[in-house]
Amino acid sequence: MHKNIFVHCFPASTPADRNAPTHQAHGTVEPIATLELRGSLPHTPVPPFPLAARASTLHNRSAMPAYILSRAVSLCLSLVAASLVVFVLLEIVPGDPAALMLGLNATPEAAGALRELLGLNGPVHERYLNWVFGMLRGDFGISYAYKVPVSELFADRIWVSIPLAIYALTLSTLIAFPVGIIAASRRNSATDVAIMGTTQLGVAVPNFWFAMLLVLLFAVTLRWFSAGGFPGWDQGLFVGMKALTLPAIALALPQASILARVMRSALLDTLDEDYIRSARAKGLTRRQALWRHALRNALIPVLTIIGLQFSFLLAGAIIIENVFFLPGLGNLIFKAIAARDLIVVKSGVMILVVAVILVTFLVDVAYAIVDPRLRTSTR
Amino acid sequence: MTLLSIRNLTLHIGDANILRDIDLGVEAGEILGIIGESGSGKSMTALAIMGLVPEGFSSGGQILLDGEDLLKKSEAELCGIRGDAIGMVFQEPMTALNPTKTIGDQVAETVMVHRRTGRRAANRIARETLDRVGLTEPQFPLGKFPHELSGGQRQRVVIAMAIALRPRLLIADEPTTALDVTTQAQILALLKRLVDEDGMGLILITHDLAVVAGIADRIAIMRLGEIVETGPTVGLFRNLQHPYSQMLFKASSHQPARNPPAVTGSVPVLAVDGVVRDYPLPRRSLFGAKRQFRAVDGVSLSIARGENVGLVGESGCGKSTLARAILSLEPVQAGSIALDGEPLQGSAGASFAARRKLSVVFQDPYGSFNPRHTVERLVAEPFFLLGLGAPQGAERRRRIDRALTEVGLVPADADKYVHEFSGGQRQRIAIARALIIEPSLIVLDEAVSALDVSIRAQILDLLAELSDRLQLSYLFISHDLHVVRTITDRVLVMQAGKIVEAGDTATIFANPQHPYTRQLLAATPNLEMALAAREAALPPVDPFLNPAAKQNLPSPLRGGPGRG
Repeated sequence: MHKNIFVHCFPASTPADRNAPTHQAHGTVEPIATLELRGSLPHTPVPPFPLAARASTLHNRSAMPAYILSRAVSLCLSLVAASLVVFVLLEIVPGDPAALMLGLNATPEAAGALRELLGLNGPVHERYLNWVFGMLRGDFGISYAYKVPVSELFADRIWVSIPLAIYALTLSTLIAFPVGIIAASRRNSATDVAIMGTTQLGVAVPNFWFAMLLVLLFAVTLRWFSAGGFPGWDQGLFVGMKALTLPAIALALPQASILARVMRSALLDTLDEDYIRSARAKGLTRRQALWRHALRNALIPVLTIIGLQFSFLLAGAIIIENVFFLPGLGNLIFKAIAARDLIVVKSGVMILVVAVILVTFLVDVAYAIVDPRLRTSTR
Repeated sequence: MTLLSIRNLTLHIGDANILRDIDLGVEAGEILGIIGESGSGKSMTALAIMGLVPEGFSSGGQILLDGEDLLKKSEAELCGIRGDAIGMVFQEPMTALNPTKTIGDQVAETVMVHRRTGRRAANRIARETLDRVGLTEPQFPLGKFPHELSGGQRQRVVIAMAIALRPRLLIADEPTTALDVTTQAQILALLKRLVDEDGMGLILITHDLAVVAGIADRIAIMRLGEIVETGPTVGLFRNLQHPYSQMLFKASSHQPARNPPAVTGSVPVLAVDGVVRDYPLPRRSLFGAKRQFRAVDGVSLSIARGENVGLVGESGCGKSTLARAILSLEPVQAGSIALDGEPLQGSAGASFAARRKLSVVFQDPYGSFNPRHTVERLVAEPFFLLGLGAPQGAERRRRIDRALTEVGLVPADADKYVHEFSGGQRQRIAIARALIIEPSLIVLDEAVSALDVSIRAQILDLLAELSDRLQLSYLFISHDLHVVRTITDRVLVMQAGKIVEAGDTATIFANPQHPYTRQLLAATPNLEMALAAREAALPPVDPFLNPAAKQNLPSPLRGGPGRG
């Protein structure tokens, strides 16, 4: 059941709410920071010739903002469309929250009064706008089940889920890049075959089983980590990170297997390109050609997968959250669905959608940083 | 000492011999042309010199560069030689450059790999080298990316990468095959100039005899991994010994016999009137006006029954767009197209009835077939245009057999798959597919451009014979003026979306009026003229480089005004 809702809402929808972004709003600033970094990348020409340098930077600068602007416009449109889809879907779902909150013995009058109080009686468009603008103000309403502001519920969970997703994704990338590169550079060797076999296993084995093995080994046998729970960030960064380490590894291993395979095949494709032959003709060794020419060109498919994985890790971590007793977003939304706490579901899904769309936006910007051809066209 | 000396070079993978007993030599300042058709081993020879043969190949013999055997060098030593002592230029400039790096970085990289210089010094050399190949500031700053350059400009960048360190030997493998004729002439002139300036040896590999005849000092002709004949250019061509070289020579100036029937009927097979094709361009800004690119600009033409009409022009001139419009693959924005007097519908596309009068053969015979279909299914594909009238059962098979027989294949070929055929046979299958619904007009879009010269001659013969016998009309689209001249009755010259000159093929080639036509003809390599000029004018002149020479001397590569 919960699966359906996630699968359905995410790709199809695209969010409309710029407010979970009180902190996310900085997301829009980030790409620009990334851009500035570009100037210090090793391959950008250092100005030996003032004119050449200026012309080239001018070129890059002038096309890039237009591209970012066009992606930002599509980001906003996606957010609006997604909020509509989420809102409409949850309008259709049967069940009266007021009756549910008051229990079986409630009188219709009491239920009606409560509906009025919850703002469930107005016309549809009014309720939609109230919801959206409420979220923009940081007001997500009151949870039907817990009777506390929804924003409080989220505030706790978001600071578990997002760090966990980032932690797992970082691990996955750190594992996948070297593994994929080694496999590609030694195509068909014993190393390659071993790596491919291992990653096949990593893709096939469910991550909760990994999680249980990790608990058995590191928590039960070696007692290096605790078997679950989250002490909170106020205990210090190290304690928090430590608590998230086993879950992050469990999440990262299958993702790393997929990513390593993508990295390998993307690299093998680019290694067959004509410009690799050109690079070899210039006197580059196989290894130099791979690092200097193939890698950057192989990044596009890899970035795509990384973007998808972040989305999955954010919402799909629910099983791992359960294994490790972590108070995460996935868990909250799952319970809210079971309790028909629709207001939590609605806003929770929306927050996830916003995160996913922002990641997509960042991936788009990363594409353009990697591939200059994308900077000139607006698509 | 000879700069490069190859002795008894052999190359084999498993039991298959790729190269056998290759003996070649190149002196400093000399241009060696290697000619061969596909599969002759000419590219493999180049890769063997570079030490870049694919894995699994093993080689024997010697490749001596200044007396040192390259085959005995370790991979690390070879990396030091490649790009420094030997540079290489490849065929396909569109893909030979890394799209994510600036041209300046890619040229400077050659320097930085081999010399302990800083980026600043490497960039300075890159700048100088790009200037040498004609990509000067401010139009071509180091920060340009490859996708911002045309094919010819990219090839100049590739050449700059290869010559940045002034190598002693440059290998150019089909460096101009993917380029337009005028660009080809410029690139060849550039290579020649660089050889003269740096005194380097150049190995120029090509399938096109006319290209090397103009500039090579010596020629080697290869076939199936062996050198069949080698010698000084003019002497070799004037006195070809080996039957294969003689055949190659004949095929490259082959003129199919044509005997066109009298043109009958007043209604043209194809009448194109004032056709315009616009493509929308992206807006400059969010609220900017819509922009358009006019690819075909008010073109009119007509083709009579049995007539072969050529359409020539350089890439991007709109000739293929026009072809697509005629085939109703794209809507037109203005004008009309009529087949046998019946107008093709505009934006909705043509009716089946109209389409069945029209067939097409494309350049890449393999790419235009579904590899998982049998030849029978491929050839019978256009039958769907006949709707309920499509032949069934035995009649269907009979029609397929006849189409295959007509193009020189046998009925048994119907049960095979496309990958079992050679390039020339595939193009025959494509022609059979075009013939099977008995069209009035076949559009041949660069239909012989990808074929080897000997195969091309056979296909041209076939096309000429079919046209005569079946009263077929052709619209023959090509960038190769030489081929167009051999097979068409009339020719249209297209530039920037417009027909700039039209008329009888013989007349236009003999006496071109429009400056663009003259430019095209001048740039088209011509074997016979190249040889004649080199015999007449010794020492050999550089036909491209020196404008004064171009004006006054009979240039080997010009088929300019006054010749037929």
